[in-house]
Amino acid sequence: MDIRRRNNVTVTGCVDGPVLLLAHGFGCDQNMWRLVLPALAESYRVVLFDYVGSGKADPSAWDERRYGSLEGYAQDVLEVCEELDLRDVTFVGHSVSAMVGVLAAAKTPERISRLVMVAPSPRYIDDEGYRGGFSAEDIDELLESLESNYLGWSAAMAPVIMGNDDRPELGQELTAAFCATDPDMARIFARTTFLSDSREDLKTVAVPTLILECRQDVIAPREVGAYIRDAIPASRLVTLEATGHCPQLSAPQATAAAIVDFVGAA
Amino acid sequence: MMCRTDQAPDPEEEKDVDATDAMFTSLLEDSAEELYEQAPCGYLSTLMDGTIAKINATLLEWLGLERSRVVGRMRFTDLLTVGGKLYHETHFAPLLQMKGEVSGIALDIKTTGKQRMPVLVTSKVKTSEDGAPLLIRTTVFDARDRRAYEAELLRGRRAAEEARRQAEADRVRLQEALAVLQQSLLPAELPAVPGMEAASYYHTASPDLLGGDFYDLFPLDAHRWAFFLGDVCGKGPQAAAVTSLARYTLRAAALHDPDPVNALTTLNTVLHDRYTSGEGRYCTAIFGVVEPHDGHVEVHLASGGHPSALIQRADGSSDYLHTPGGMLIGVLPKATFTAARARLLPGDTLLLYTDGLTEARTGPDRTLYGDEALRTFTTTQPAQGPQALITALTGLLASFGDGLHDDTALLALGPTPLATPGVTT
Repeated sequence: MDIRRRNNVTVTGCVDGPVLLLAHGFGCDQNMWRLVLPALAESYRVVLFDYVGSGKADPSAWDERRYGSLEGYAQDVLEVCEELDLRDVTFVGHSVSAMVGVLAAAKTPERISRLVMVAPSPRYIDDEGYRGGFSAEDIDELLESLESNYLGWSAAMAPVIMGNDDRPELGQELTAAFCATDPDMARIFARTTFLSDSREDLKTVAVPTLILECRQDVIAPREVGAYIRDAIPASRLVTLEATGHCPQLSAPQATAAAIVDFVGAA
Repeated sequence: MMCRTDQAPDPEEEKDVDATDAMFTSLLEDSAEELYEQAPCGYLSTLMDGTIAKINATLLEWLGLERSRVVGRMRFTDLLTVGGKLYHETHFAPLLQMKGEVSGIALDIKTTGKQRMPVLVTSKVKTSEDGAPLLIRTTVFDARDRRAYEAELLRGRRAAEEARRQAEADRVRLQEALAVLQQSLLPAELPAVPGMEAASYYHTASPDLLGGDFYDLFPLDAHRWAFFLGDVCGKGPQAAAVTSLARYTLRAAALHDPDPVNALTTLNTVLHDRYTSGEGRYCTAIFGVVEPHDGHVEVHLASGGHPSALIQRADGSSDYLHTPGGMLIGVLPKATFTAARARLLPGDTLLLYTDGLTEARTGPDRTLYGDEALRTFTTTQPAQGPQALITALTGLLASFGDGLHDDTALLALGPTPLATPGVTT
């Protein structure tokens, strides 16, 4: 199994710099990091990848059971680390990937020595004494949304799948495939993401951790950021002047600066 | 009829055009604002953080909201259902950031009375001259009918996929059943005959269709063995039923009276009686008895309408063991069959086959392979006994590719080949 090809691994930045492993969340792919990449590549060796089931990862590696739990995604992270023999890694995980990082760090503390959680949430559905922001029915609605945008997916993906390679510009092809995932795989990733409960796993975090939240985020409300800060002793919570769930897109400079500040200070 | 031939415009007509233009212009100028507010779709302008800066009356009406409650107070995502919000944050917003525009995304907005309204949303980022994003312009189309139609399509698609899966599962099950049934028409493996070697091969042309070819080899007593190979006309379950009947009739007949002509005569009677109702089920077959002796094998066989057996001789020659005049089995109440005898010495091989082999289409012209080509092929093969010949013929059949369109059975018998060290091909 060629892990680099399977997970569409990209390595860029300083060859000798400290390693940043950037992990995208549910929705799109490694292009999510495009706007913070230039700033980070100045001082770090930046490794990007797509989880199996997303972006340009090898769809034939998809396994409904493996990727039906966050452990499966954490396994992707570990395998990428092993394949590139990455050590002393700062794992930067967006959204659900922050929790994937928690699982991966618990398994290989010798490789992952810092965590950056971008707009994280350990549980999206409300629970007694906990506000995640969503009800179970809300998640069903999302699954419906995925379903009804299925036709758009086919149109965007058809040229890529059919290998109709008459557009050699890589960038163009990337944007064409960006956010376009096989609906069956997307549904399982969505279910795994939004129905997971990783609150207990937060207790296992033993590495310095930076929590980046947005001032206004419909997916991860402010209470969740505070909850994670309280659950991880060695953590710092930074609230970015940003709205939405993707500060790396809406406030790339502030996001990159916070990461540089944290890794430099760690 | 009046015909105008000059090119000068009619002053009356020109005046009309001017008047119409003026009328439309005044209409349009009067309604620029109205065109925005009362457009048949929703219009929305938001700041980059999603705060709604401008919204048209059509959209407000759909939402059942007052302008004062919306402008500067709500974000675009506040108008969406929760599922839509999630989709917006995970897909829509990133795409918009990345490409500057997103079109035709299906979302649901919350309308009066906690209703949902399916819409199609298109957004475009307006940038300043130096490329800095200023605001997002969004159009919202009523997609109730379209989404109902798409839901119908999705349902249809799911049903079709389910049907396809079911059909595929049924096909696999059917093929498994057919394979088992086909196996039951053939011996699981040929028995070991002292002093003799035997080999066989069966090519299935289609896993969906039972073939009508059959063969067998079994002991008559301590010294003699019976064999047969045949071909029932047609394919499918009916042919398989005849095949089964033929096989067990020949086995029973041989035990009662192993004379080849008598065995085929019994089969003829049984088939004819069984299929008198005009279904026209018949077969061709060669039935024979072999008697191994020290250093040679005596063969006594008879044919009913079947392609002649071929004998590959140890000296490299090959010849058909002709059985002219043998009639099809099961067509007429009384049929005559032709017997023949042969002696096989070490290195000789008797080959029985069905016409799938000789009627294969070969070459660019798709010409019949034919008896002569088979005989020539056999002469080019080293005489190393039944197993070697079957192996060579299996390779030949494979080389026919899709030119081999029928089931094909092969059965080869001969004295155990002498160990001939140094034999090369």
